[in-house]
Amino acid sequence: MRNILAIAQRELNAYFTSPIGYVLIGFFALLFGWFFYVPLAYFEQQSMQAGMNPTQALNINQMLVGPTLMNTTVIMLFLFPLITMRTYAEEKRSGTIELLLTSPITDVQIIIGKFLGAMLLYAAMLAVTTIHIGILFVFGEPEWKPIATGYLGLLMMGGCFLSLGLFISSLTKNQIVAAMATFAVFLMLWVINWIGTFVGPTTQAVLAHLSLTDHFDDFAKGVIDTKHVIYYLSFMAFGLFLTAKSVDSERWRG
Amino acid sequence: MIEVQHLSKKYGPFTAVDDVSFRAESGEILGFLGPNGAGKTTTMRIITGYMPATEGKATVAGFDVFDKPIEAKKRTGYLPETPPLYPDMTVREYLRFVAKIKGVTSNVNDRVDAVMKKTWVADMANRHCGKLSKGYKQRVGLAQALIHEPEVLVLDEPTAGLDPKQIIETRQLIRELAGTHTIVLSTHILPEVAQTCQKVVIISKGKVVATDTPDALTERLRGAMTLFVQAQGPSDDIQRALQSISGVVRVNPSENRGDVAGFDVDTEKGADVRREVAAAVVRGGWGLLELRPMRMSLEDIFLSLTTQEAGEQADAATPDAPASVSEVSNA
Repeated sequence: MRNILAIAQRELNAYFTSPIGYVLIGFFALLFGWFFYVPLAYFEQQSMQAGMNPTQALNINQMLVGPTLMNTTVIMLFLFPLITMRTYAEEKRSGTIELLLTSPITDVQIIIGKFLGAMLLYAAMLAVTTIHIGILFVFGEPEWKPIATGYLGLLMMGGCFLSLGLFISSLTKNQIVAAMATFAVFLMLWVINWIGTFVGPTTQAVLAHLSLTDHFDDFAKGVIDTKHVIYYLSFMAFGLFLTAKSVDSERWRG
Repeated sequence: MIEVQHLSKKYGPFTAVDDVSFRAESGEILGFLGPNGAGKTTTMRIITGYMPATEGKATVAGFDVFDKPIEAKKRTGYLPETPPLYPDMTVREYLRFVAKIKGVTSNVNDRVDAVMKKTWVADMANRHCGKLSKGYKQRVGLAQALIHEPEVLVLDEPTAGLDPKQIIETRQLIRELAGTHTIVLSTHILPEVAQTCQKVVIISKGKVVATDTPDALTERLRGAMTLFVQAQGPSDDIQRALQSISGVVRVNPSENRGDVAGFDVDTEKGADVRREVAAAVVRGGWGLLELRPMRMSLEDIFLSLTTQEAGEQADAATPDAPASVSEVSNA
C-alpha cells in the first residue's frame, strides 16, 4: 500500500509540476461551464413559460443536471487520452521504467499506483464542477440524490476510460501514438451501438452492452443498478489486467 | 555476492547473451568489459530483475532474481546506462521518491542527505533533475542506486559522459564502496578496469571470452611478444633474413622511409629472439637502428579477444595469420 501511494503521489506530482494538470482542469472547467450554461438557459426559458401556464411541473434534475452530466462524458472522450498517454509511454521513452521495474515493488502495485494518480486528477477535475452544481442549490431546490449517483457514474465511467488508456500507453513509447489510439478506442466504444438494427437482434444487444455511455443513463437518472456497477468495475479490472499483461510481456520481449 | 550461471537471453532468433557464467564475491569489484552490443546491458538487466533470462539463473545476495525478485531487488542498487531521472522532480524529491519505492522506511531524509553528500550532489538538491548537467545526472543516478544501502551494486557504464576530474572522483567512490558492497560495473574503457576492478569478465557477441584479474590477463599474453625492428638496408632482404630466424612467426613491414625499413616481428609464445634478430641484422651488414619489444596492453588483449572470431576466419583463409590471436582463443 505504501508503494502504491508513493507511485500515485509521484503521478499526481507529475501532472501538477508540468502544465498538463492545469491545462486539463482549466479546459475541463471551461467546457463544463458551457455544457452547463446551455441547458440552464433553456431551463430558464422553459420555467418562464411554465410560470405563465402553471399546469406544467418542471424538474431541474431531469432537465438540467442529468443532461449536463451526460454531456460531461463527451469532454472525457477528448481529454482523457491526454491524461493517460504519458503514464507508461513517457517512462519507457525516458528510461525511468528501468527504475520502477528494478525496484522491490510488484508490477500490479505500479499499475494501481498510476491508475490511482490518474483517478485523483480526474476527481480534482470533477471537484471543479461542484461549483456549478452548488449554485443550483443556492437558487433552486434540486434533489441531491440523483446528482450524487450521477457523479458516482461519472467516476466509474472515467475509471474505465483511464484503465483502458493506461493499457494503451503501456503498448508504446510514443505519447502521440498512445493518445491517438486511446481516442480511437474510446470513440469506438462510444458509438459501438450505432450499428443499431443493421445487425441481428443478439449482436445488437451485445454491442449495446459494450457501449460505455449506455450504462451511464441510469446513473444520470438517479438509479444505481448493480448491473451497470458490475459492468464498470469489471471493465476497469479488465483494463488493469491487460496493462499488467502488457508490462509483463514487455519484460520478456525486452 | 552475485552469481550468474549459464545465462542466455534470446530475442526471437537473435541471441544477445549466450551461456554467460561468472561470480563476484562479497566486497569485490567485477569489471564487465566488452564492445558495444556485446550483451553487457542485457546481462545487467537480467541480474537486476528488469527482464527474465531465457535460460540459466542469476543469484543476488543469495536470492534468485527470478524466483524471489522482491528480496533480490531490495538488495540491489542499479544505475542503468541512462540515469533514470524524472526531469520534473528536484534532486531531493526524486531521491525521496526512490527511497520510498526501494523500501526505506525510517529516516528517509537522513538517507537522502547522506547519499547526496557521498555523491557530491548536495549543492544541487533543489535543482530539477532535467536541468542538471550530464555529470550531475550520472551522480544523481549513482545516489539513487545507493539510497537503500544495497549489498550489491550494478553499474552500467558509471563514468560515461563525465569529465576527467569527475571520472577520477567516481572511480575513487566506487573503490570506497567496494568493501561493503559487491559491485559489477560495465565499461568499454580499459584503464578503468585496470584501476578499479579485482576481476575482469570480457564478453563479446554475448559470450564470455575471458575471466581473470587484470594483471593475469596482461601476463597471459606477455609470452607471445611482438618486436619492433628498424634497420637501414633493402627492405626485402631484411624481411627474408628475419623470417628465417627460428621462433619468428611472421614479419610485417610497418614503415618504410627511404632506405630505413621498420618491421613488426611476431614471435612464438615463450621464445625470446631478440639476440638472434640483432645478430641477423648485423650479419647482413645492415644498420640496426631500433629493436624493442612491444608489450600487449590491455587494449590489445581486449581487441584480440573481442575480434577473435574475425581472426579465426582470417586464419582459415591465410595459413600464416597472426599467432597471438589464435593463441588467445585457445587459452
